[in-house]
Order: sequence, then C-alpha cells, then structure tokens
Amino acid sequence: MNNKNFIGFLAVFLCLLPLIGVKGYPLHIVITILIWSFAYTGWSIMGRFGLVSLGHGAFMAMGGYITALLWNYFGMSPWLGIPIALTITGILALIVAYPCFKFRIVGHYFALVTLALSEVVRQVIIATRDYTGGSLGYTPEPHGEGWSIYAIQFPDDRMVFLYIAVFTWLVGIIIWKIIDGSMSRYALEAISEDEDASSAIGVKVTKEKLKITILSAVMTAFAGALYCQYQMFISPDTIGGVGISLQIVFAVVVGGIYSALGPTVGAIITLFLAEILRISIGTATVNLTENLTINAAGFPLFIYGIMLIGFIIFLPKGIVGGLSDFISKKGETSLNAKSSNAK
Amino acid sequence: MLTVKNLTKVFGGFTAVSSVDFSVEKGEILGLIGPNGSGKSTIFNMLSGVHFPTTGSINFNNKELSGLYPHVICNLGIGRTFQIPRPFKRLSILENAALAGYFGSNKQISKSEAWSNAEEALSLVGLSSVANEEIATLGAAGLKKLELGKALATRPSLLLADESLGGLDHSEMDQAAQMLKNIRDELDITIIWVEHIMGVLMKVVDRVMVLDSGKKIAEGSPLEVTKDKKVIEVYLGSDAEESSEAAKR
Repeated sequence: MNNKNFIGFLAVFLCLLPLIGVKGYPLHIVITILIWSFAYTGWSIMGRFGLVSLGHGAFMAMGGYITALLWNYFGMSPWLGIPIALTITGILALIVAYPCFKFRIVGHYFALVTLALSEVVRQVIIATRDYTGGSLGYTPEPHGEGWSIYAIQFPDDRMVFLYIAVFTWLVGIIIWKIIDGSMSRYALEAISEDEDASSAIGVKVTKEKLKITILSAVMTAFAGALYCQYQMFISPDTIGGVGISLQIVFAVVVGGIYSALGPTVGAIITLFLAEILRISIGTATVNLTENLTINAAGFPLFIYGIMLIGFIIFLPKGIVGGLSDFISKKGETSLNAKSSNAK
Repeated sequence: MLTVKNLTKVFGGFTAVSSVDFSVEKGEILGLIGPNGSGKSTIFNMLSGVHFPTTGSINFNNKELSGLYPHVICNLGIGRTFQIPRPFKRLSILENAALAGYFGSNKQISKSEAWSNAEEALSLVGLSSVANEEIATLGAAGLKKLELGKALATRPSLLLADESLGGLDHSEMDQAAQMLKNIRDELDITIIWVEHIMGVLMKVVDRVMVLDSGKKIAEGSPLEVTKDKKVIEVYLGSDAEESSEAAKR
C-alpha cells in the first residue's frame, strides 16, 4: 500500500469512527489530534527548510482570538471572521518576516525574533484583559441552544467536528505534498544552504521565503480558529505563548520533519505524553522530604526538553523518517541477501 | 552588448576598483586578468549584482544594471560561476541544474522545460552520465563543471566565468578552456573569463584586459598584452623578481 492510499484509507476510517461506536472522550482525543496535526503540518512546511520559527504560538492565538472577538463584539459569523483572522495573521507574518529576510536574519537569530513574537502576542492578550479575559481565557458566546451552522458551533455533537477536522487534516497533508513536489521546494532547499548562490541562479530568495512563511502562519492560525470553535474556550497558554510554540517544534521534530505524516505522529505522541504526565504527576506539588517540596507543574516541559535533545541527536528525521529509513534499509539488505543467495 | 563606464567601488576607505571602463562585443571572449587583489572579483560581483557600484554605470543591452539584485540580473540573461564552487549539496546534480533552469530563465517556463534545459546544460559540460548522482560524488573538476552547467541552464546570453580553472591539473585545464570556447562557438554565448592562470587563457580569448590595484593597465589582443611593458612589470615581472630572489637563497 503506498502512502497516498494509506492516507485516504486513514481519512475514511476516521470518518467511520462514530458509526462503529467511538464517542465521548476517545473521539475528543481524535479531533484534538487532527486539529493539532494541521497546526504542526503548517509549521513543518517552513521548518523543514531551516526556517525555525518559535513564533507559531502567536499565529495560532491570533487565529483563535480574532475569530472569537469578532463574534462576541460585532456578531460577525466565523464564516467571515476566520478569513479576516487569517488575513490579519498573514499580514503580521509579513511584517515580522520581511525585515528578517531582507536583512538576512537567519538561523538562531530568526528563531529569537519569532520567539519574541510569541511573547509579545501573549502579553498583548493579557494586557487587554478587559476585552480578552487575559490569562483566565476567553469563550465565544454560544449562539442559542444546540447547533448553529451560522456560528460554526456544534455543542454536544462531536461528529460534525470530526468531519471538519478530518477534512482540514487531509487538506494539510495535500498542501504538504504539493509543496514537496513543487519547484519552490528545491528553491527553498537551496536557499537554506546558500542564499547568494541561489540568488545567482535567479531564485527570488526573499519572495520564496515570504511565501512559505505566510502560508505556514495562515495554516497555524486556521488551526487556532478551529480549536476555538471546537473547545469554545481559549487561553493564552493553551493556544499561544512560548509554551505552545515550543510544543509545535517538539511535536514536528519527534514525529518527523521531512515526512507528510510526521506532524500527525508528533501530534499523537505529544498528546498522549501530555495526558500521561497530567494523570501520573498532575500539577500538584511533590513532597520529596519533609523540608523539600517541588512544584511539578514544570515537569512535562522538562521531559519535552530532554526528549527534544535526544531526538535531535539520535533521530533527526523523527519517528516517521527514521522508521521509513529503517524499512528501506531492511528491504535493501533482504534484496542483497536474495541476490547473493542466487549466486 | 555590455558597456561599463567609470566603474568604481569603495569599501570603507579602500578603493577596490577605480574608474574602470570597458566593453564587450557580442560573441567575444574577454579575458580579465590581474594579480590577487587587483579587483577582478569585485568587478564580477558588481556585474552580477552582489555589490552595488559606488559610482559608474553598467549597461547591458541598453539596460542599466547597477542597483539591480542578483536574481534580476540573472533573469536578464547574465549567468555566473563562483570562484569556489557553491553547489546545493542537498540536491542531486540534475536537480541543481534544473533549479537554475527553472528560476534563472528570462521567461516563465514549465517544469518539464526546466528539466530538459538542465539535461542539455549538463551534457554540454559532460556531466550527463552522473546527472542523478549526489554532489558528494564530484571531485574538483566535476564541481567546476557543475558550476558552469548551472550557469548555462539559466540560458544566459553573457556568461561570467570566475577563475574556472583553479585547482585543476593541466589536461583538465585544457579541457575546460576548450569547453568555454565550444560554449561560445556553439551556443553563441558571450563570455567574460576571470583567471589567474594566464597561459591557458591566452590560447582561447579574443581580447584581454589587465587589472592592477583596481585600475585597468592594459587591454588588447593576447599577443599585444603579453608584450606590454606595464603588464610585464606588474604581472610577470613580480613573478620574475620572486623567482630570482628564490634563486639567491
């Protein structure tokens, strides 16, 4: 079974889940994974070319908050609110990225600029707490009882959101595949190695980098908006800030930055890891001895950090990349074994 | 085809190139020689848009080039190679050339057209047989050929070849010089060739321009230039002095 068929099969299978009796919490987990996968795919389309952004938490938060604010204050349907949120996020990405690319801010320095962006957007949300609810979070007003297509609100019915999430996830994978097969991919690979030499053969370096960055930011913002419509609750720490930006990087690196399904696998792993850590440790304080008490709230981040370092050193292509390398190598050796037997 | 007037480049307090004038006619191979630090590469970088001239004008087919970015100049039909080859190691040899073919062409072309341009360019420089190999498999001569192949894939009308032969042995040098001549003869591409190594260059070029300390000191046919007093003093003479000093020791 090739990759394309597998992804199609997976999409159909996910859509059939409610019909075979999957509901409640397990279905919630599936939807969450799919929404995050889309955000991670959005990050990976630029991250794979060495454009390491630590600012995607900001883009995700903007997608969610702008959509919710437009709904609550102006009664604007998300059908219009989401496109506006995506446009504003795209413009913000352009404003931040253009000077970076123009003045050759690359690598670690680019990561630092975008890291600052994460924190700036989080601080803006907290500072305007009278409108955004600050760090306590924010809820889009429910539009009457039950379903509303106009407000894209489907309380107590996860099935609709499952279909939306599967469709979005599939679109994310298709975008990844289109970029992977485009000439822009070669251009961006070349740019990541040598900007001057790329420019010398006619590649518009700044334009190519901007295109991928804006697309990436807009995809992540869409994931934020979708998350907001699904959870009906957002806070600066659940879809924004440095924490989420780092989580995005972590998930993609672990899953596989050079594979279409890498971000999805990353989403599965981070979600289960977070759930396991939450259940086993929680956010409680731990009494080590009578006099020594530590707050375990930061423990998951500590585990993420250790794992991230481990993956970068030992499995830089992530789980999916590493696995497919392993399989193709095994295939080669078994072929070699066959041919040597034939002799 | 190319007319350069009063070209000057100042880096801080150092004048790398000072009021150089020259022109290149269509179909000609112009050699650009001079000792290290004489300003050859600076002129090259100004022609290809890496540096902007401090003053002076560069006119290419009635279009002013100074102030244009490298990718624009490439699209106008000026291809260049780098003195130290700069291949894209994450792409295969053919992908390197195809990338140049797709983005470097002066008109919008299809993907398949870019690929066929790339194959054609690689066959011109003799890399067809290894087109799908990785960059790491190429030696010094192969990397030089790929530089040339990348530049040719952009379909230039003027080729800037920067010190194409450094690091090659004698037979490879003759081969490479012959290749430049073939490119001019068969594809009708005008060439400016910057080189340290005078011997090989003199056999192929139509005209030579000699630079020293950022100034043009001589220009003419290879025969005229090698007889020029100033050139002997600056270029060959310094070598002669060195060798006589070495002999004393």
